[in-house]
Amino acid sequence: MNRNWDVIGEQGLQFFGKMSATISHEINNSLAIINENAGLLQDFTLMADKGMPLDPVRLNSLAGKLIDQIRRAEGIVKNMNRFAHSVDEPVKSVNLDDIVELMVTLSARFASMRGVTVESKPASVPVMITTNSFLMQNLIWLCLDFAMDAAAAGNTIDIITEKTKNGAQISFMQAGDPAKAPPNKFPAEPEKVLLDVLKANLSADEGVGKIVITLPRDIDM
Amino acid sequence: MKTRVLMVDDEKEFIQALSERLTLRDYDVTTAFSGEEAVEKMKNYLFDVTILDVLMPGMSGIETLREIKKIKPLVEVIMLTGHATIETAIEGMKLGAFDFLLKPCETEALVAKIDKAYTKKLEHDERIRAAKVAEIVDSPIAALKE
Repeated sequence: MNRNWDVIGEQGLQFFGKMSATISHEINNSLAIINENAGLLQDFTLMADKGMPLDPVRLNSLAGKLIDQIRRAEGIVKNMNRFAHSVDEPVKSVNLDDIVELMVTLSARFASMRGVTVESKPASVPVMITTNSFLMQNLIWLCLDFAMDAAAAGNTIDIITEKTKNGAQISFMQAGDPAKAPPNKFPAEPEKVLLDVLKANLSADEGVGKIVITLPRDIDM
Repeated sequence: MKTRVLMVDDEKEFIQALSERLTLRDYDVTTAFSGEEAVEKMKNYLFDVTILDVLMPGMSGIETLREIKKIKPLVEVIMLTGHATIETAIEGMKLGAFDFLLKPCETEALVAKIDKAYTKKLEHDERIRAAKVAEIVDSPIAALKE
């Protein structure tokens, strides 16, 4: 079990670092846009000082762009906050769709860099399970990272959550060409350790680009 | 003549605002939203300086830099980077980029770098022109045959 916690600790820190880096990159992009649009407003005021008339429509459009970016940054910070608080309690009741949705949002930049689209398909009813949210997020990320590596550019990965008799199930389905990832690489040790701690099972059909995780309703039972 | 600048970044809102600010400062700005689009524009038009984002989907900043330097070796490239990608920007400088800047950047700092890059390009252009003239003076017949 000690070896498991070593792997979880190392993997968890890498995951936390990766997500923090992508979040800071996204915030930085928003700040850069705010900076340039605010600078443009400043340019217009300087030009107005020299006698050039101000165009209210243009000013309104710039103000709108600033508001949009502030909302975008607000959304990023809100997700960062949710992610940071996922380590607060070791085990709690969570809506699996919320966790999947958060991971899809946090992974958006990684997907975009690979030319892949990721879409979550929530269940028709809330899928509540009792688990460790941070480790659950880490496992979803590892599966998604593998699926994105395996997907050809232009493909879509659907993440489908379903309620099952004994808990829940998450499927990562790749539309388009079959997976191109090398076989026998997945699940590797970090995934196996997380599956063990979360009392989950994983089956991967690399030929058709499908990964399925089955989860218990309560990891304490 | 105005300095011809090609700006490359996948963040459209960023590049649109910055290009407008540079246009107000009398630069001739063209935009591209991907490395692929930048390479196509580089093949078809003349530019003096390129402002290039390091992290882009599809063709990365480094790949784009390599292609630009293959097509137009004298075009000066300034890499734009977030904190996480400074090492990539430094790699870019090893591959021939003129300099790099951190996002968000001060417009006046960017303008100063564009002007320096343009001066360097003019000096290069001038040296090449002078070398060609010297070649013609040394051997007019060989130059005519060419």
